[in-house]
Amino acid sequence: MASDATIARNAPTVAPRAAPPTTLQKMARRRSTVAFLLTLPLLGVIGGLVAWPAAYAIYLSTLNRRMTAFIGLENYAILLDNDTFRMVIWQSCFFAITAVILKALIGFWLAHMLHHIPTKGQRIWRGMLLVPWVIPPALSTLGWWWMFEPSYSSINWLLSVFSVPPVPWLGEKWWARISVIIVNVWYGAPFFMIMYLAALKSVPDQLYEAADIDGATGWQRLRYVTLPMMRNIISITVLFSLIVTFANYDIVRVLTNGGPRDLTHVFASYAFQVGVLSGNIPRGAAVSLFMFPLLAVIAYFVLRGINQRTKEIGA
Amino acid sequence: MADTSLPRRGVLAAGAGLAVGLHAPAVFGQATTTLRCAFWDHWVPTGNGALRQLCGQWGERNRVNVQLDFINTTGNQLQLTAAAQAQSRSGHDIISLSPWDVGTYADQLEPVDDVMNRLIAKYGPANQVAEYLAKHRGGWRAVPATSGTQNKPALCRFDLLQEHAGLDVRAMWPAENRKGPGADEWTWDTFLRAAEACHKANVPFGLPMGQFTDAVDWVGALFNSYGARVTDERGNPTIRNNQQLRQVMEYAVRLARFLPNDVWAWDDASNNRALISGRSALVFNPPSAWAVAKRDAPQVAEKCWTIPMPSGPQGRFIAYLPWNSGIWSFGRNKTAAKNLLEFLTERDSAETTTNTSNGYDIPPFASMSDFKVWETEGPPVGTIFNYPLKPHHDARPSIAFAPAPAELAGQMYIQALNTKVIARVAQGGETIDQALNWLEREINNMRRG
Repeated sequence: MASDATIARNAPTVAPRAAPPTTLQKMARRRSTVAFLLTLPLLGVIGGLVAWPAAYAIYLSTLNRRMTAFIGLENYAILLDNDTFRMVIWQSCFFAITAVILKALIGFWLAHMLHHIPTKGQRIWRGMLLVPWVIPPALSTLGWWWMFEPSYSSINWLLSVFSVPPVPWLGEKWWARISVIIVNVWYGAPFFMIMYLAALKSVPDQLYEAADIDGATGWQRLRYVTLPMMRNIISITVLFSLIVTFANYDIVRVLTNGGPRDLTHVFASYAFQVGVLSGNIPRGAAVSLFMFPLLAVIAYFVLRGINQRTKEIGA
Repeated sequence: MADTSLPRRGVLAAGAGLAVGLHAPAVFGQATTTLRCAFWDHWVPTGNGALRQLCGQWGERNRVNVQLDFINTTGNQLQLTAAAQAQSRSGHDIISLSPWDVGTYADQLEPVDDVMNRLIAKYGPANQVAEYLAKHRGGWRAVPATSGTQNKPALCRFDLLQEHAGLDVRAMWPAENRKGPGADEWTWDTFLRAAEACHKANVPFGLPMGQFTDAVDWVGALFNSYGARVTDERGNPTIRNNQQLRQVMEYAVRLARFLPNDVWAWDDASNNRALISGRSALVFNPPSAWAVAKRDAPQVAEKCWTIPMPSGPQGRFIAYLPWNSGIWSFGRNKTAAKNLLEFLTERDSAETTTNTSNGYDIPPFASMSDFKVWETEGPPVGTIFNYPLKPHHDARPSIAFAPAPAELAGQMYIQALNTKVIARVAQGGETIDQALNWLEREINNMRRG
């Protein structure tokens, strides 16, 4: 200590020249490094909860039933050779596409209706219309199941008041498929509504004024002003909803359990039946991953379109 | 002072000795091992009480801290727990396994031949279906459980069957160890006539035809009583030119005409509701439906009577759905787990379990089919006397898709191939040949990979 003090006293009064920063210090000062460090927790979460399970599911789907041998893409080949699975593909596509189209149309219509209600009264309607989307779907589906229930359906009871014969909501092929779609649309339409409402509110009034000056009809205003301005939000909403609807599980599981005769199974419910309940986890993993490549391609093109339009607007 | 005072080390030693001395009884009385058990959460509200009581007794006696988790099967929680624990190789020591899960996890379950051999030596052979499900590659991989295990005989409304079908089921199958008049004629043909009569009277038989266990189980017993097997012991399909299979298909399609038109969507509770509401004259079910009726619709409950399932050309089969208790090979306390499972399967423990569940639980040994509870439960007294399989029933226990290897049978069972093949004809309009071809393709597909 003494020698250090001596050195300090004898040192010249000129400030010492700072040592050049080390490589580590340079790295730490870089903005990209700081950004990377700050995103590390998120990357950890995505890696642990998304990337790792996805990679593990892909790995599982390449194993044999006992998970003791690698069989490559054999599980996918077996699935494609299976009548029931081919029907599951058809049903999943029918379910997802029909439900998304209906949700988009109903959501668009509701958003327009709400948009034209004065702001003061709009909140309560907005809140009420969002209720189906807020209730956990497993719970609300149970309510629907009570209404469709084979023997004591409350809807059938109401129909009987008007002398309409009972409808086998869950027991007959097309009624069961329609019932599942009805519940999904009821649950998902508010999401479309709120997204479209936000998009409608962001359309500048000047565009409508200009259209009015040009003598545009209501349809032309919708076709040439509203829809082009909402194009990005429509694309992204449809894409997200398509992915979520393809992966739907709870509605089918609670309402029909895939019946009658597997006619209402979708990928997720069939994957659960094959993978977990029947003890064939690799094949269940293959079922659940089946639509991944197709959805990834759709997502790529939709997102590319959105990016291009965003650039065009910015340019 | 220094000479008269105790040395510091001496004080510490004396203190430590005193502390040990004071706490010694507690230490020796404490549990040294902790055993974690995941048991099936019983339908019957009092059902878990027996396991709590028995595990408490055993734990106290053996100084083992037994921790019980009751996991229900709503949303397949128990099956998911088993799958997760098998994947992560960690979890409980003992776990309740649904019938086919023993085969699925056989390689990860501790062999329990020693336990089962001692129990068999004491109580005679175990139920054949329980053995088929719990024994793999020559060894017992789980102990068939009493709690939750059920038969699914015919639960009848004796008044409606008497009135509309002319069958006096109480006389045919009295609450005694003997058959009554007409019991030998209790065949599937008689059953079909009664189904038609009750359908006409607007109290149709409530037989589910969907994809849940009640449906698969009764159809499985029907197939067995016709000798209609879809595979052999090795899992090879035996569908082509199978006359028994064709015969039972024709029978089932005829019977389906006399069932409610929505049975294709029924779950395991639908048949219970049909009976309890007074809309149905017969269901295949354990006495749980009657027990609920006793509480909610006593006028229905007092007219219920349980009888064996009808017999077919190959004999009488009773649908049987057992639970099993397995010990994970990665568990920490396998010896204690084995001791506990052996204790729970002893006759006294099994009787406590069955009594607590009001007769619902069926022990895995035929020698235990004489518990008093089945004679005394009512009203009407004796209503569940014929619920357990008794020697005078001339019946065998049944599970659908036996004797196929468990890995294959489990898939066929869970995917309800037997009810679906009937539905394809009766509801989907296919011919029997088309439906059987589909069945063969499904089975071959399941065998691959």
